[in-house]
Amino acid sequence: MCLGVPGKIIDIYVKDGLRIGKIDFGGVTREACLEALPEARIGEYTMIHAGFALNVLSEEEAMETLSTLHELEEFEQEASLEEDGAAG
Amino acid sequence: MNDAALTQFTQEFRSAERVKPVIEEIRRTVTRPWTIMEICGGQTHSIMQYGLDQLLPPEIELVHGPGCPVCVTPLELIDKALAIASRPDVIFCSYGDMLRVPGSRQDLFSIRAQGGQVKVVYSPLDAVRLAKENPDKQVVFFAIGFETTAPPNALSVLQAKAMGLTNYSILVSHVRVPPAMHAILGSPHNRVQGFLAAGHVCTVMGYEEYPPIASQYRVPIVVTGFEPLDLVQGILMCVRQLEAGTYDVENAYPRLVTREGNPAARQIIERAFITCDRNWRGIGMIPDSGWKLRPELSGFDAEIKFQVGDIQTRESEVCIAGQIMQGLKKPVDCPAFGTACSPQNPLGAPMVSSEGACSAYFRFARQS
Repeated sequence: MCLGVPGKIIDIYVKDGLRIGKIDFGGVTREACLEALPEARIGEYTMIHAGFALNVLSEEEAMETLSTLHELEEFEQEASLEEDGAAG
Repeated sequence: MNDAALTQFTQEFRSAERVKPVIEEIRRTVTRPWTIMEICGGQTHSIMQYGLDQLLPPEIELVHGPGCPVCVTPLELIDKALAIASRPDVIFCSYGDMLRVPGSRQDLFSIRAQGGQVKVVYSPLDAVRLAKENPDKQVVFFAIGFETTAPPNALSVLQAKAMGLTNYSILVSHVRVPPAMHAILGSPHNRVQGFLAAGHVCTVMGYEEYPPIASQYRVPIVVTGFEPLDLVQGILMCVRQLEAGTYDVENAYPRLVTREGNPAARQIIERAFITCDRNWRGIGMIPDSGWKLRPELSGFDAEIKFQVGDIQTRESEVCIAGQIMQGLKKPVDCPAFGTACSPQNPLGAPMVSSEGACSAYFRFARQS
């Protein structure tokens, strides 16, 4: 139940007094409630859980995480090269 | 980010090439055995699905926490749900996972088979719509879950009130993560030395509640996501702290979690719920660990609206779900695992739920 599904906000409107978004989940669209995201805009990505958008996904932070872990990858490659050298 | 970028981006967080160096770094960092608990059952399933437990060095033992809402919903409340759902004037709505969870004598599926109107909904707002469309029926939503489902569940009541609906109510079994962490860490049998905190719970709540827990019990707590790369990164950050003897709160899921969480979502929760003591199935009562409807919203409380009388509960004598959810035992330690208890014929809720540890072990064929 805690597994959210990421999707893109492709429309925002008011329905029955609630802020609702049309969300594109890679081709499948569904409505989700945006009441907790008063500042979310069309084109942003969000995490939907039980039909409710929990937060906007930060692309900048995602790239930062991948870039930090990429440094580990490089370190790993260097370490394995050194090991190969030692074995040789 | 365009659509292709989102796909690529999700793939990056699932990429074996990216996960492997992090596992190697964990291997290089670890010098002795550590027991780490992932709180959330969604994380347990991800760990099993991608085989992360088998890739980690043997020093790291992952134990599986109580973060499975279906699993911890008390038996008495499930029996109440079954009694309410049996009424001819009721349309009973629930998240899908709940239908096969065994009550004392039957489950929601069997109530449906006997003619009860039991519906699976995607969101509690769908249940509110059903109430509007069926003014001659009472619509009851089974509002279970942790901090992630609390905003939509709370909003459904606020929305029903705003729409003037008197035929909508919720059966509340809301639980909160931090008191459960206190209960686990405060137990004399505790084995947990570090925590992976549940990422989506923190999306709503932030992680300001965690530093006092980390300090009091001297355990590192790392806010962690659900993709394989998120999980191994959370484990690496936790292991680094364990090896260094530190006990800070760190965030390995910053693309969705900020320190303060989502204040607008929390405000929705606070408008509908107040904290209360809550009984956790298999674990027992944990003080201040739940939410219930505010007194001024008692007209939407299904427990008050439908007085179902005394419930005599009967729990399986074999099932060890409670010990599994406290990290004391593994599903395979249960004599009924895979024999008397299976997803088709579950004795306990963790074998049913898509977040239950027993179901994860069964589905992904773990024998140890």
